[in-house]
Amino acid sequence: MLIAKGLCARLGRKQVLQGIDFAAAPGAVTCIVGPNGSGKTTLLRALTGEIASTGWIGLDGADLRRIAPVHLAERRAVLPQASGLAFPFTVYEVVRLGLLGRNALSADAAHLPDRALQRVGLAGYGPRFVQELSGGEQARVHLARVLLQVWQPVLAGRPCWLFLDEPVAALDIRHQLQIMALARDFAGQGGGVVAVMHDLNLTAMTADRVTLLRGGQVLAAGPVAQVFSDTLLSRAYDCALRVNTPPPGGGAFVLPQAVA
Amino acid sequence: MVALSMAEAPSGDRSARARALTVLLAGILAVMALISLHVGAAGVRPLPVLADWLSGREVGLRDRVVLLDIRLPRLLTAVLVGAALAVAGALMQGLFRNPLADPGIVGVGAGAGLGAVTAIVLGALLPAGLAGVLGLHLVPVAAFLGGWASTLILYRVSTRGGRTSVATMLLAGIALGALAGAATGLLIYIADDAQLRDLTFWGLGSLAGASWAKLAAAAPVILAGLLAAPVLARALNGLALGEAAALHLGVPVQRAKRLAILSVAATTGAAVAISGGIGFIGIVVPHLLRLAMGPDHRYLLPAAALLGAALLLGADMIARVVVAPAELPIGIVTAILGGPVFLWILLRRRGLVDL
Repeated sequence: MLIAKGLCARLGRKQVLQGIDFAAAPGAVTCIVGPNGSGKTTLLRALTGEIASTGWIGLDGADLRRIAPVHLAERRAVLPQASGLAFPFTVYEVVRLGLLGRNALSADAAHLPDRALQRVGLAGYGPRFVQELSGGEQARVHLARVLLQVWQPVLAGRPCWLFLDEPVAALDIRHQLQIMALARDFAGQGGGVVAVMHDLNLTAMTADRVTLLRGGQVLAAGPVAQVFSDTLLSRAYDCALRVNTPPPGGGAFVLPQAVA
Repeated sequence: MVALSMAEAPSGDRSARARALTVLLAGILAVMALISLHVGAAGVRPLPVLADWLSGREVGLRDRVVLLDIRLPRLLTAVLVGAALAVAGALMQGLFRNPLADPGIVGVGAGAGLGAVTAIVLGALLPAGLAGVLGLHLVPVAAFLGGWASTLILYRVSTRGGRTSVATMLLAGIALGALAGAATGLLIYIADDAQLRDLTFWGLGSLAGASWAKLAAAAPVILAGLLAAPVLARALNGLALGEAAALHLGVPVQRAKRLAILSVAATTGAAVAISGGIGFIGIVVPHLLRLAMGPDHRYLLPAAALLGAALLLGADMIARVVVAPAELPIGIVTAILGGPVFLWILLRRRGLVDL
């Protein structure tokens, strides 16, 4: 379990998180949604230990802040909103960086990056330079990198976590679906997924649980069906929204209403 | 040949090529070292002398002095300084995540120079006990401290929230260099005649004054800096993705940064202390190697040490030969080779236009 209690964090002088309670379970996809500036990314960064925060964060029973970076890296991978790259690495080399923290690598480790690339639909991209790829392709390269970091431990039955900050923001609709399917797959293998999302319909299709933020506080948290209601979403985003349930599959989908 | 490259799946993994290149560079360095023992005004041939010496025959005093007391310390100094400058450049570029960061360009060399000059001019004011402990190492250690302070200041000024601003880094480097230059000027102004003589010899930017004593003083500091480099390789690979990503990959970012700064200061400081300001090795060598074998620091750092050493040996031979029996300051040779490469990097990185 990933559990946060009374989480507070500030960026500069601004108190961005104001006492957040959060929980995510392994084997499930937990999405964080909310309007711009509601603290979604800050919450994710606090949960990964990237920024300082106060309050309790527990990862599988241990105090997150007491876990050394190298051990943390074996248990959770993080995909940031945007990834920089200082030098001309090939796609293969960037994906291989996912194994950076490992000391002992199995004999077939050289093939693992290729397999991770296959998973994100970039088979054969290994020798190309990352800087020459399109934005969407670059985003998938980094996704392959973080998948490589934690996929094997999950297969081995260890508790592992994948943190995704707007993983589909740069992608076309086919790859959006593909990536969310990967997230579901990871959860299906027993891993925990925490994702910051903008697209509410994609969230409704993918998430098991949703945490809805507004102004640095939790407005609602729970199963999608419970959180995605006309009133809660309209209040969170401060505009009129209607949640419909389409006949096939029965998931929720969110329609914006014309401003009266 | 074609069949071979067809059989190998294009994987984008350049580590095999990097290893092969490293072996090749080691070979080149060995050959360069032999040639460098050979080249010189005195016309001494090292191999016959060595054969004589090994078989127990009498070696002429002149041959021995030329080889052992002039050419060998100079060779080792060039190797150490070249390796130090190239590794310092590669480390600094990894730390600042920028291929233009070079100790000579962003004021770290000037800071190290200030440290060295301070030691020469004000060293006499040190308590006798401390001066005794440091002995000959005083100048290299002071240069290390000067380089360390300027790297720290530069990093603090140009990096915020894990991101380095290239413009701020280069401008802060200019300011730091100017400040260190002014302070150095002030010290030279108050120096007495004997100290001025030391300063002139030191500031030549040359390997001409290489001696066993100077080498012994600087080598431990340089070696300490060089030995830290392999420890940093994986961390620098992670840092190429940014500080947050490096942390998530398991890199102890703060510790790695501190060690990288110390290592840059040690290599730059001691190199400056022993040979004055020799520019551009730190920028040319890592850049060429990244083109040839990729930016993986596990291979880049050792290869940079080898190529830096070979390049400085070559530059030193050019400096000794072109105007023989006189010699050019080696800094001129490296600048002629390195200046255009620096401009070339600038032109290739169009993004820098929008600093």
